[in-house]
Amino acid sequence: MTETVGIVIVSHSSDIAKGTADMVRQMVGSEVKVAFCGGNPDGGLGTSVQLIIDAINAAWSPKGVAVLVDLGGAETNSEMAVEMLEPARRDLVVVCNAPIVEGAVMAATEAAGGSTLAQVKAVAEELSAD
Amino acid sequence: MSVPSETFKSLVKAAAEQVIASAPELTSLDQAIGDGDHGTNMKRGCEAVLGKLDAISAQPLDEAFKMIGKTLVMTVGGASGPLYGSFFLAAGEALSHDKHLPEDLADVFGSAVNAVSARGRSHVGEKTMLDVLVPVLETLKTAAGQPDLIARVRATATDAVERTAPMQATKGRASFLGARSVGHVDPGARSSCVLVQAVCAGLEARA
Repeated sequence: MTETVGIVIVSHSSDIAKGTADMVRQMVGSEVKVAFCGGNPDGGLGTSVQLIIDAINAAWSPKGVAVLVDLGGAETNSEMAVEMLEPARRDLVVVCNAPIVEGAVMAATEAAGGSTLAQVKAVAEELSAD
Repeated sequence: MSVPSETFKSLVKAAAEQVIASAPELTSLDQAIGDGDHGTNMKRGCEAVLGKLDAISAQPLDEAFKMIGKTLVMTVGGASGPLYGSFFLAAGEALSHDKHLPEDLADVFGSAVNAVSARGRSHVGEKTMLDVLVPVLETLKTAAGQPDLIARVRATATDAVERTAPMQATKGRASFLGARSVGHVDPGARSSCVLVQAVCAGLEARA
């Protein structure tokens, strides 16, 4: 199987993260690795740097990983998680500035076609362009 | 000069306990202009720091600061985790590179504040914790070596928090409210003030 860019979905809510991942799998299929996480370290609404690191490693691909986030803290914690990865992986992970559901579906669709990490990020971020 | 590990430990304990005691107030401020989790998030992070306090204070000072930072990053669960985490990680990093406490306090604090600014891509005047940390840094620089340094830092922090009330948030969740964020004190600025005041009180008690 050809390697594709992996997708990570990070929401404050584990329900939203799981639901988004379900939509990606149904619409794009299983050839793209998708991992998700939601909830703070106590399981309440929020995000957890450790869970984000685990999700990135679970979706790992040599082509890199695109991370889709919902609100502020999810983005800040995702950026922190990327910096805490092992050095060889850090430069192969991007946090996309895109709406979480549409961005994840568009990014996974692009990734399924074998696109590069930069292409996957660009397609997801087109959704945020005016 | 150096900071004795017992002093460090008692200051960290005082600061963490004060934040925990302030959690209801921080949450209520955050409910007004954020998502209402700042108090519980900071409380969780500070409880984790207290839980590791013996291990933390057994480290050399630079590693102790980094452990505090990493603990906050891993346990807070909101944006304040990476923000406060970066503050302590950068302070530890400065201490690993030829800076020493207490004599280089302003330099170390400056490195820490810069890390918060970089992490949040934010600057002073945007109704954030930087609106307390940056004025405190200025006082640390201008009043360095003065006998009333601690009193001036305390006054600076208290004034600075109140000055966030009329600001309109342009960063963080409060920015979603636009003009409606005006009139409320920023919860991150308040938690920064709580930390600064707790450390000052601890130092006064030891003086």
